[in-house]
Amino acid sequence: MTTEKMHFEYPVEGGNFSAAGFPSSQVKKTLKQLNVDGNVIKRTVVALYEAEVNIVAHAFKGVIAVDIDTEKIHIRLTDEGPGIPDIKKAMEIGYSTATPEVREMGFGAGMGLSNMKTNADSLVITSEVGKGTIVEIINYFHK
Amino acid sequence: MESEKNRQFHHALKFREDICIGCSHCMNICPTEAIRVGHGKAQLHANRCVDCGECYRVCPVGAIIVEQDDFENIYKFNTRIALIPSVFTGQFPDSVGSSEILAAVHDLGFTHVFEVEEGVEFLNDRFNEYVLAHKQVKPLISPFCPAIVRLIQVKFPTLVGNIILLKAPVDITAIHARKVLTGQGIAPDDIGIFYVTPCAAKIVAVKSPVGEEKSVIDGVINMNYLYNKIFKILRQKKDKTDIPGFSALSGKSVCWSLTHGEADHMKKGRSLAIDEINNVIEFLEKVENEEIDGIDFLELRACDESCAGGILCPGNRFMTVDKLRNRALNCGLNPGGTPRDTPGKIDRTDGYLSENISLDPVLPRSIMKLDDNMAEAMIKMKRIYELNRLLPQVDCGICGSPTCKSLSEDVVQNQASIKQCIFIQKILEQNDKMDVQESVQIMKSIWSDNKLDQNSLKDEINVIN
Repeated sequence: MTTEKMHFEYPVEGGNFSAAGFPSSQVKKTLKQLNVDGNVIKRTVVALYEAEVNIVAHAFKGVIAVDIDTEKIHIRLTDEGPGIPDIKKAMEIGYSTATPEVREMGFGAGMGLSNMKTNADSLVITSEVGKGTIVEIINYFHK
Repeated sequence: MESEKNRQFHHALKFREDICIGCSHCMNICPTEAIRVGHGKAQLHANRCVDCGECYRVCPVGAIIVEQDDFENIYKFNTRIALIPSVFTGQFPDSVGSSEILAAVHDLGFTHVFEVEEGVEFLNDRFNEYVLAHKQVKPLISPFCPAIVRLIQVKFPTLVGNIILLKAPVDITAIHARKVLTGQGIAPDDIGIFYVTPCAAKIVAVKSPVGEEKSVIDGVINMNYLYNKIFKILRQKKDKTDIPGFSALSGKSVCWSLTHGEADHMKKGRSLAIDEINNVIEFLEKVENEEIDGIDFLELRACDESCAGGILCPGNRFMTVDKLRNRALNCGLNPGGTPRDTPGKIDRTDGYLSENISLDPVLPRSIMKLDDNMAEAMIKMKRIYELNRLLPQVDCGICGSPTCKSLSEDVVQNQASIKQCIFIQKILEQNDKMDVQESVQIMKSIWSDNKLDQNSLKDEINVIN
C-alpha cells in the first residue's frame, strides 16, 4: 500500500465574501486530476464552501489546511473569531446568527452546518468562545 | 460501425498539414487545451477536442477544415429531405424572404424541404414536463448544443447528470418526417434526410452521437456550401414575385436556436441563457462548486450569439439575429394559404415522438484525471507542481504547449521535455549545460527546420544586428 500524501493551505479573510470560493475551486481541480469519484468531489466541495463562508461571515481570519491521501481528504478549517457558544444548537436546520447584511448577500440562511454535515463523512467542530473555531471534515474516496 | 472508442473521438474539424504554417494561434485559443505544436504543425489531441470550432475561427491560413458529406449523396435516395435550420434564412439580405429561400433549396434537388424548428413546440412542452419531473436536479442543462454536451463530458464530469436527456429539435423533426413519409407508402430505405449545419459540433452529433446509438439523419450539408448554391439560384431567378407558400413556424420556433431561445420559454422556475464557450466554462466552474443557487434551467451555447455565430454561417451574426427576430415578429402576420412542405403539423402530444425522444445517460470522459490509479496520479501531480515552479509563467507557447502549466503536465505524461521551455534553455546555456546546437535542435523539433534555418535571413542578418 502506498503512502502518497498531499498538503495544501489557503488563508481566509473575514468579511471578504467576494473572494470566497477559491479554495473549493482549487480542491475541486485537484480531486478531478486525482480521478476521485464525481459524487465525492461534489460533497467535498459543498462542505468546504459552506465551512469557508462560515469563517468569512463570522471570524476575523482563518486557515484552511487540506490533506489528501489515496483513501481520503481531510480538511481542517481553523479560525480566529467569536467561536460558537452552543454547537448543538448551531447544527439545527435554520438556526442562524448572521446579521441582516450577511443575509442580504444570500448567505446566513441557517443551513450551513447542517448542509456541511450531510456532505461530510465525518464532521467534528470544536470551539472556544472568544477565541475561535476548528472545523474538521473528512470524506473517504472509496466506500 | 466504428468502435465505441473511435466514435467518442470522431471530429468534424480536420487539420490540413499541407496548409498549416505552425503559427500556434489555434493552440492558444483552444478552450480545452486540445492542441499542441510539433514538427511545425498543429496537432490535435482528439480526446480533449469538443468541436467548438474556436480554432477554425482564428486560423490565418484556412488550414482547419470542416468535413462534409459529398452533396451528390442526396441522389442515392428517391425521397430527399432537406432539414433547414432557421438561422439559414437569416444569412440572406432583407429583400429575400424565408419562403423564397426554402423554395430555392427545393429547386436545388430536394423533394421535401422542412424547417428544423418544426419540432420546437413539441420539444418545449417536453422540456417543461422534464423540468417538473426532475426538480431535485438543479440546474438542469439543455442538451441543445453538442459542443457544450462534450465540454461537460470532458471538463465538468460531475455535471453530466444535469444534462436533460431529450433529443434536439432537428431529431424530432427528422423522426416525424420519416414517420409521415413512410405512412404515405414510401419505403424507409428510399428516404434520405439531410441536415444543413451551422457548425462542426452538430456534424459530430450526427456522425457520432452522444446518448444514442445512431442518428436518424442520413447526411450533413455544411451551411456555407449550401449558401453559395442558393445564393446563385436566387441571383439567377428572373421572376421575383413567385413566392410559393410560407413557413409554418411560430416566432418562438424561429428564434429557438438564438441566445435566450430556450430559456425564455421555460415555464417553471428560473432560467439562464449563456453563450460563448469561455463564458460557459466560467459559469460551469461556479455551478460545479455549488456557488450558484436557485437556477432551474441553463441554456448554454458554445458560440457567441448561439447558432447565428456558428462557424459555417457566412453572414454577420448580429445581422442574422436581427433578421430572425424580425421574421419572428411577422410570423403571425402571414397571409392565409397552405404552408409549404411541412411534414404535417407535429401534434404537441404525439405519442410516437414521445417514445422516441429520450437520450441514454451521458457518460463522463474526463480529460482532467492524471492517472486511473490515484497514488500514481498523486505522484504525477506533485511532479507537475515541482516542474511548474521552474517555469516562467509567461505562457508564451514557444515550447509547443499552450501554457507553462500544460507543459508541466505534458512532461509528466511523457509527451514533452522540460527543455522545450526557451527560458529553461537560456538558463542551461548560461550554466554550460546546453549548447546552442542542442537548443536549436529542440526548437526545430517544435517549429520545424524552416523557421530556424541558419541561412534564411542571409541578406537581412546584418541589418537585424
